[in-house]
Amino acid sequence: MSARRLPHGGSEIDRSRPLKFTFDGRTVEGFGGDTVASALLASGRRIVGRSFKYHRPRGIWGAGVEEPNALLDVERDGRRTPNARATTEPVRDGLVARSVNATPDAEQDRNAFLDRFSRFIPAAFYYKTFMWPDWHLFEPRIRAMAGLGTVDPDWVQGRSADQLNHHCDVLVVGAGPAGLAAAASAAAAGHSVLVVDDQSRPGGSLRHRAGEIDGRPGAQWAAETAAALEKAGLALLSSTTAFGVYDHNLVALNQRHGDGWPDTLWRVRPKRIVLATGAIERPLPFANNDLPGILSADAALQYLKRHAVLAGERIVVATNNDSAYEAASVMAEASAEVTLVDVRPAASADAGKARVLSGRAVVAAHGRNAVEGVTLNDGTRLTADCVLVSGGWTPSVHLYSQAKGKLAWRDDLAAFVPGAEVEGIGTAGALVGEVSLSKVLESGIAALGQFAGKTATPKSTGPEASLNVSAAWPKPKAKGRVWIDYQNDVTAKDVELAARENFISVEHLKRYTTLGMATDQGKTSNLNGLALLAEATGRSIPDVGTTTYRPPFTPVPFTSLVGPKRKSLLAPVRRLPLDTVHRMQGASFREFGGWLRPAYYGGTGSGSAAAIQDEARRARQSVALFDGSTLGKIEVIGPRAAEFVDFIYYNTMSTLKQGRCRYGFMLSENGVVFDDGILVRLDEHRFVVSCSSSHVAAVHARLEEWRQDRFGRDAVYIHNATAQYATLTVSGPNAKVLLEALDLGASLDDASLPHMAITNGRFGGEEVRIARVSFTGDRSYEVSIRADCAEALWARMQQEGRALEAVTIGLEALMILRAEKGYIIIGKDTDGNTMPHDLGVAGPRQKRVTEFVGRRSLFTEEGTRSDRKQLVGLAVAEGEAPLGIGAHGIERTGGAKRSLGYVTSSYFSPTLGRPIALGLIEQGASRHGEVIDIQHLGMLRRATITAPCALDPAGDRLNG
Amino acid sequence: MQLFPCPFCGPRDEAEFHYGGEAGNLRPDGREVPAGRWADYLHMRANPKGATREIWVHVTCGEFFAMERDTVTHKVAGSVSLGEAEQQP
Ligand SMILES: [Zn+2]
Repeated sequence: MSARRLPHGGSEIDRSRPLKFTFDGRTVEGFGGDTVASALLASGRRIVGRSFKYHRPRGIWGAGVEEPNALLDVERDGRRTPNARATTEPVRDGLVARSVNATPDAEQDRNAFLDRFSRFIPAAFYYKTFMWPDWHLFEPRIRAMAGLGTVDPDWVQGRSADQLNHHCDVLVVGAGPAGLAAAASAAAAGHSVLVVDDQSRPGGSLRHRAGEIDGRPGAQWAAETAAALEKAGLALLSSTTAFGVYDHNLVALNQRHGDGWPDTLWRVRPKRIVLATGAIERPLPFANNDLPGILSADAALQYLKRHAVLAGERIVVATNNDSAYEAASVMAEASAEVTLVDVRPAASADAGKARVLSGRAVVAAHGRNAVEGVTLNDGTRLTADCVLVSGGWTPSVHLYSQAKGKLAWRDDLAAFVPGAEVEGIGTAGALVGEVSLSKVLESGIAALGQFAGKTATPKSTGPEASLNVSAAWPKPKAKGRVWIDYQNDVTAKDVELAARENFISVEHLKRYTTLGMATDQGKTSNLNGLALLAEATGRSIPDVGTTTYRPPFTPVPFTSLVGPKRKSLLAPVRRLPLDTVHRMQGASFREFGGWLRPAYYGGTGSGSAAAIQDEARRARQSVALFDGSTLGKIEVIGPRAAEFVDFIYYNTMSTLKQGRCRYGFMLSENGVVFDDGILVRLDEHRFVVSCSSSHVAAVHARLEEWRQDRFGRDAVYIHNATAQYATLTVSGPNAKVLLEALDLGASLDDASLPHMAITNGRFGGEEVRIARVSFTGDRSYEVSIRADCAEALWARMQQEGRALEAVTIGLEALMILRAEKGYIIIGKDTDGNTMPHDLGVAGPRQKRVTEFVGRRSLFTEEGTRSDRKQLVGLAVAEGEAPLGIGAHGIERTGGAKRSLGYVTSSYFSPTLGRPIALGLIEQGASRHGEVIDIQHLGMLRRATITAPCALDPAGDRLNG
Repeated sequence: MQLFPCPFCGPRDEAEFHYGGEAGNLRPDGREVPAGRWADYLHMRANPKGATREIWVHVTCGEFFAMERDTVTHKVAGSVSLGEAEQQP
């Protein structure tokens, strides 16, 4: 015989609502209110999974989040959840559940043979055995045989999980008697309260254990108290696990919905946390204590009371404390034949109709695929189809410990409990070792501190529970296989082996044996494991201590943690004001420094290279239009603005005349070039920093830092206006012709607007700023206009450009144009060692007398080395392909090769009709004309070192 | 997640802040600064266990400020904007 559903009873099932699901391909029937676990038990199913390592048959042990054995891959509505616990998964129609680590299923697992070799596979066996020749040869097959649930590789996420932020006065974790008493009291005092519980409804132990509060049955009091809280507008979240307490008492919750909806993540910032997280029942150490049919006594009581499932007909209850007596008594009342075996010499609680054998202990369980009987320490053999176990209670101290609380050992409870109070956190109930309902309720109120109300504490008016636990820890050299960690298949012998091999730190024990490392994180096993380690090493349990408790308390789906931050919401791209216009013009977009920008127009796939070449060639012929809106436009304003830009830039900027521009570098304090760009002086106290597109945020932050730290807020004001303006660039021999056709009302003759000067004009009533600066080496004008007015200006440019055979170019063509001129991109043509004098700009270093960022570093031993890498051009022979970017220039001394530097930019120049390249080469500035070897991906080539500028070195085109 | 007090905005989530270095790391000016002193300014940090005074920036509003906190307990004693920090003895 095995478990069965009783014809009557079950406080939480709805017999009028039958439901069907499948487990390992077979249909299982249940009722509304069932968990998958209760329905499987009711159907007589005993084996529900195979163990992690030895493929031992395993049955349901618990009734909540602590469940180590009954892990399932659950599928419904096309959504598969691996490693769901049968004990917390509600039964739903159409649910498909599969046992994990079993082929083809849990009942007839073909790897079950592994268990017969188990004595050859102790802890660390795989590590020790498969080292030679290479662990990776063996790993795939070993991994396939071990492990738990499987991830569905074809899974596609539908709706994103919700994430909520919540603030409240009091967060109560655990809706048992202590938590509900606390919540009611705080609510009565007018505080906002949030109560969470990881079970499907509030009440905790009141849902299945005897007890009366204020004259009402415990379950009724719990339901009414919860209803009153909700009526008062306060939230009570069931099926919600508080899985982590983080810095400054941020609590993270994962709320399960049980209807296919993704779990919800809550971030709660309460003023006070009340932890009433309860305690978890421990197994007892006897041989074969993992056989199906061996359950936590408290879990069996829950299944009987809540789901009307009787765990067996001939039940042995094994205990070392009073709490199992209630289970024994209730099972006997429900027609089972019950024998209670108590390690203590005399019974101290009422076992009802159960037979009690005091002073005796179960030493072994028997049975092949499920328990069939037990042997006691006096040799007595008892037949049983079910063994209920209570080895004492382990308080769920996880959240308290995560909050850096220090645990205290209590011999009288054989458990660790919270020690000194952590600021802002109260603890109550079974968590602090309280057992009697009176004490539990009182502790709930006390845990509120100043948030307690003045209402009367609820009174226990019924029977009071007791514990009187007598520790029954695993002992070294026990006969048979005594299981410590069910989920990770760790036996007492494994723990002893670890101790013998000197893994005597509890943290080492954990990692060596994997004790407590499975998805249940050793909720049922840790204390037994470290007690055995203490015994084996001659120490006390508190001396051995616990491993560190870390979030999450239970596994949390990645979907919860990710929430809506997926794809473009995770990394939003910035779009140009003219994004849609470029799209209509046939632009192919790429992301550059966070901006989605046109890379080129027309041409797709293999045609893209030709399109880019065409744009770069035509740009030099007549006139090119380019959207440069991403260029930084950071305004520096104030009485000390000139002094400020002098300090920020490597180049002297305060001598710049109004209406003029100057190119310059910004350095880091270590002397390395951080950014380059044009500085515009609008008037005496107003500059515009035009920095690299991808660097705007960093430059802005740097300016703010120096402003606030060195100059003062009244001296300088910084305003990042980058997104407010669109900047449209007109470049090429006919740039001036096109600009004149726009009728901007500004004098464009070279005397009024020479290279590196600005002027203002108007377009359609809007003011525009025209800057004559060039990143192509050709005559160029950058026209900046309010971003929302840019579309008309761009259209007009296109229209006027038609007669001139203007070409619209993307960023890729611009990269070629600037490389032809030897103009650098910071971070591409420079690296983390490049100083300004490496780029041929040595003047300010020698001449400047005022202070600037990075100055001192330019004169360090490193900054003055003679073998620094310097910017050069690299030319290859007629007809050869462009050099590879990243290719190294090399030098041979004796037999050894040495890198001289590397290629940073490389293109084919359509205007020059040959490849061009830039590079950083040791002492390159003084080596022009020298031919060096270039090595790339195993190929050796030759290149001639040249000046960086390959086109129009005299700069005639700037005024052409 | 820690809550840091921005002098401008009030308490905000730590993810909104960037670390700006240890407070009191005064910059020596001039190209004649001894190499050792300059290296100290660039690289040497006390990295204390316990009470510390640091510069942080609240990225969302741009405020740079000095914050006193404890690197062990993560308790924050308070914060003050850079301008006000200078006025303190
Ligand atoms: Zn702020």
